[in-house]
Amino acid sequence: MLIYAIKRILWVPLVMLVIALMVFVLGIYGPGDPVEVILGNNYTEELADSLREKKGLNDPVYVQYFRYLGDSIKGDFGESYKYPGKTVSELLAPKLVVSAKLFIVSILISTLFGIPLGFYAAIKQGTPIDPLVVSLTLIIYAMPVFLTAPFLIIIFALELGWVPVSGWGGIFDSRSILPAITVGMPGIAVIARLMRASTLDVLGQEFITFAKAKGVSRRDVIYKHVGKNAILPVVTVLGLSFSGMLGGALIVELIFGIPGVARFALDAIFSRDYPIIMAITLIGTATLVIANLIVDLLYVLLDPRIRYSNDN
Amino acid sequence: MCFLTQGLGIAMTINKDQKSTSISPFRHGLNSLLRKRVAMSVIIVLLIVYVVGLFAPLIAPYSYSETDLMNTQSGPTWDHIFGTDRLGRDIFTRIIWGIQTTVIITIVGLITGSLILGVSLGLVAGYFRGKADAFITRTGEVLAAFPDILLIIILAATLRPRIVDFARSIEDSSGINGIVSSGIVDFAVIGIALLPLSWFGMMRLVRGQVLSVGQREYVQAARIAGASNLRILFRHILPNVIGPIIVSASFGLGAVAGTEVFLSFLGLGVQPPHPSLGIMIADVTGRGSSSVSVLTNHPEQILAPIAIVWILIFCWNLLGDALTDIFNPRSK
Repeated sequence: MLIYAIKRILWVPLVMLVIALMVFVLGIYGPGDPVEVILGNNYTEELADSLREKKGLNDPVYVQYFRYLGDSIKGDFGESYKYPGKTVSELLAPKLVVSAKLFIVSILISTLFGIPLGFYAAIKQGTPIDPLVVSLTLIIYAMPVFLTAPFLIIIFALELGWVPVSGWGGIFDSRSILPAITVGMPGIAVIARLMRASTLDVLGQEFITFAKAKGVSRRDVIYKHVGKNAILPVVTVLGLSFSGMLGGALIVELIFGIPGVARFALDAIFSRDYPIIMAITLIGTATLVIANLIVDLLYVLLDPRIRYSNDN
Repeated sequence: MCFLTQGLGIAMTINKDQKSTSISPFRHGLNSLLRKRVAMSVIIVLLIVYVVGLFAPLIAPYSYSETDLMNTQSGPTWDHIFGTDRLGRDIFTRIIWGIQTTVIITIVGLITGSLILGVSLGLVAGYFRGKADAFITRTGEVLAAFPDILLIIILAATLRPRIVDFARSIEDSSGINGIVSSGIVDFAVIGIALLPLSWFGMMRLVRGQVLSVGQREYVQAARIAGASNLRILFRHILPNVIGPIIVSASFGLGAVAGTEVFLSFLGLGVQPPHPSLGIMIADVTGRGSSSVSVLTNHPEQILAPIAIVWILIFCWNLLGDALTDIFNPRSK
């Protein structure tokens, strides 16, 4: 257990080193000479040379890489190309907060609805409820957010007028309801499918038969024996399904006019403001890698079978 | 459907070789597939979409970039059965061309990424093991740590200028005009952006299969009989792992189609005036207050593009599910 945990934790900085290298190389060398990008039409040889000197672009690549790495660990992602004098961090931080809030609410929605739905479908296997839930999740899963979003807008905002069409006022504002549901929907489908499969798997195992034979009430078998054991495998893949919801979150921000990372990142891409793009990629990846680490360690901690089998 | 026919070819050659009554796993799969009604209807729908996409120039009644400013946002009429958009372009025509874009991307993405790269790397890693395996698997694990969407976005964003420059230099040196304006650059950008992601799942799958199949007696017998590594890989191992490959390819195609629409929606994929379902959806939903008025007054404009996207993704997933049932020995 301890050895596994140490190995797993040491894997994180290694992955981040490689990812930072890729992001750095793509950001600095992918699009061409960064000095040309910064200066644009004001490009002259002298200006370019002095800028290169100032930004340390004449240093060897590995020096630049380690400098970027050291700075970004301290939260300094350099200066924006488009807004000279402003650091990437101060531009990005408020947008990240908005996006993170929306994403957390969506994760809660997909987990809180997905797990009971899948569980319910599995214990109702053999009744029409199970195939109904399964086909429902298949349909929802294939629905891209740019299908869900306009439909929800047309029905709830334009026809019924229950909520405003777009805007943002924090997560406790009525304007956050539709976007959060839209982002969370595919997550509900994924998690419900996983939970259903996992529950069915547990239901077929011998200790459930044994518990029933022992005379444990049906209610206790389902909630204490099946439920607890079925949730564990779902926990491990939560991290993955969240990374799948990320793209949806970006689109939803654009459609609902939420002042989060999406619009900011797109503007940065079209104005070739690479330090911002690099920072967003790096922060997003680091968050996911660490979230997956926590999930993996939690899983080992929660499941006694793994906890003990790894000790030998 | 190219991978189906490809697999069929492999399966048939085996049958010819064996000259016995036993049927190959692939033929068995095909037989059970033909008996499944859901799977067959899904295949027919997909075939229609793909044929429409590939023959877009013959089917489309207008030109995709032809504007008619006297007749914008017209709503469905006999001349324009899905109506016209804000520039008076025929929506039906643009949908057919948009389908073509998505269809080409799925085929290109499948062949380059998951089929060629994924299958060959999986074969190498699973068969030769050792250092090659460690290197390929570790690289894949690092790439898998990226959130897919961010990696695709940063690749599409940073590589586009380079690829456009490259295409321009080819135009200049060869004297062939129109490479950049033909839209090939867009396909290249999306194809390359998808590459680092699409191979890993397939590689891991093939590797696992090869690891288990490679230990079987008939593989050892072939090796003792003096068969070369290549012959063992392609004649003895590959045909026996083809089932999971097809299942995974089916799910993968849905994902590739979704990603193309996603990138084009963001403006990072196919560039106007070339039509893409993603651009058409963005025109109606992604442009702030002006799109709200379109959504209020002409909701029919968005109906067809999202329906097509949904059908594509849904059908590929459904087909993947049906194929899993067929090829998974435990569910027989």
